[in-house]
Order: sequence, then C-alpha cells, then structure tokens
Amino acid sequence: MNSLILRSATQLLLTILLLFSFFLMLRGHDLPGGGFIGGLVAAAAVALYAIAFGYRAAQAMLRISPRALVGWGLLAAVASGFLALLQGQAFLTGQWWIVELGGGAELKLSSPLLFDIGVYLVVVGTILTMLFALEER
Amino acid sequence: MTLFDGPVSFLQVSAYVGFGGVTIAICAAFVRVVVGPSMPDRVLALDLIGLLSVSLIGLYAIASGESLFLDAAIALALISFLGTVAFSRFIEWRGEEPDA
Repeated sequence: MNSLILRSATQLLLTILLLFSFFLMLRGHDLPGGGFIGGLVAAAAVALYAIAFGYRAAQAMLRISPRALVGWGLLAAVASGFLALLQGQAFLTGQWWIVELGGGAELKLSSPLLFDIGVYLVVVGTILTMLFALEER
Repeated sequence: MTLFDGPVSFLQVSAYVGFGGVTIAICAAFVRVVVGPSMPDRVLALDLIGLLSVSLIGLYAIASGESLFLDAAIALALISFLGTVAFSRFIEWRGEEPDA
C-alpha cells in the first residue's frame, strides 16, 4: 500500500502505540491493563507498520523472529515462577524487590512483572507469527 | 441504578442527552453498514461506529466520573483506525468491483 499520508501517520502512531502498550503492561498490576492487552496493542502497532511499509520492512524493524519472541516470553514467564521456588515458597508465589531510589521514591520490582513481560512477548510473537504467515501467501 | 442520584447537575443532563444522540447516530451508521450500496460506504460506516463508540466511552467516563474509561477510549481509537486501514487495503487488493 503506497500512501504518503499513511506512511507519515504511521511513523507517529507507531511510537504512540508502543508507548501506550508499555503503559498498559506496567499499569496492569492493580488497574485495568496487563501483559495480554499490552501485547495486543504492540502487535497492532507492528501490523500498522507492516501495512504501511510492507511486511518485510516490519520484519527488518523487529530484528528478531516473532517465533523467537514467543520462546523468550515463555522463558520469562516460567522463570518468574521458579524465582519463588528458589526462596523455598510455592511455585509462582509473588516475589518483591523494593529498590530505594533516594528522595523517598522507591521502585517496586516483582516476579508478577516478569510474568507479565513474558505474557506480553508471547502475545506479540503469536499475533505477528500469524500476521506474517498470512502476508506471505 | 436510578437515572440521577441526588441533585441533578447540568453536566449529568448533558451526558445523558449525549448518550441518546450518540446511540441514535450508531443506529444510523449501522443502517448504512447493512444497506450501504458499495464496500467503501460500509467501511466508512464501520469507522464511524468506531469513532462513535469512542465518544460513548468518553461520555460514560464523564457520567460515572471514572477516568479509567478514558484509557479504554484511547485504545479503541488507536485500534479502530487500524481496522479501517486494513479494510481499505483489502478493497485496494481486491480491485475495482462496484458491489459484492
């Protein structure tokens, strides 16, 4: 699809969509959002790029095969479960690390966050694998 | 749930009038999707339904006072645009057929 308007708009929208997908994923712990919906929005961003610039350009932008993304995502999700086993607790028990940033601010890192990142990667990888398989036909 | 709890504010009345207007508009756009003589008419009507849904969510956010719904409106606005682009690409790929 060779449209200058779509290409110019996509360059702007890609950034907004990816930023919004990260926002959704990080907020998902106790408000609406999460890895699944964030992954869907990110996949939609890449799909838009693929429509505007061709799917080969989208593959080149990703730099990593969507199937590899699924693998890394599953690894991250399963690894988040084993972190609790290392502490002697049940599989997938939430683990928290609170990092003091100074000035009263603190960064709360957790194994649910790692699990969510895994879900995010799996969703992006799955949707893009399907999309690219359809485009190749 | 009653329509208005407590004293009725102008904002609430405006929101409920807006609900009625947007609902009528969605019904009219749906008629265009069903009747629409050509494919581009239907695609545009579907795009319009997406936009009206965004405004419906926005109105609901005002009426209920929950700003969380605005994020759903953002997501829907970004994604419904993608649907329209995909449809127009499909029309372009299928070629110039008057009706199908």
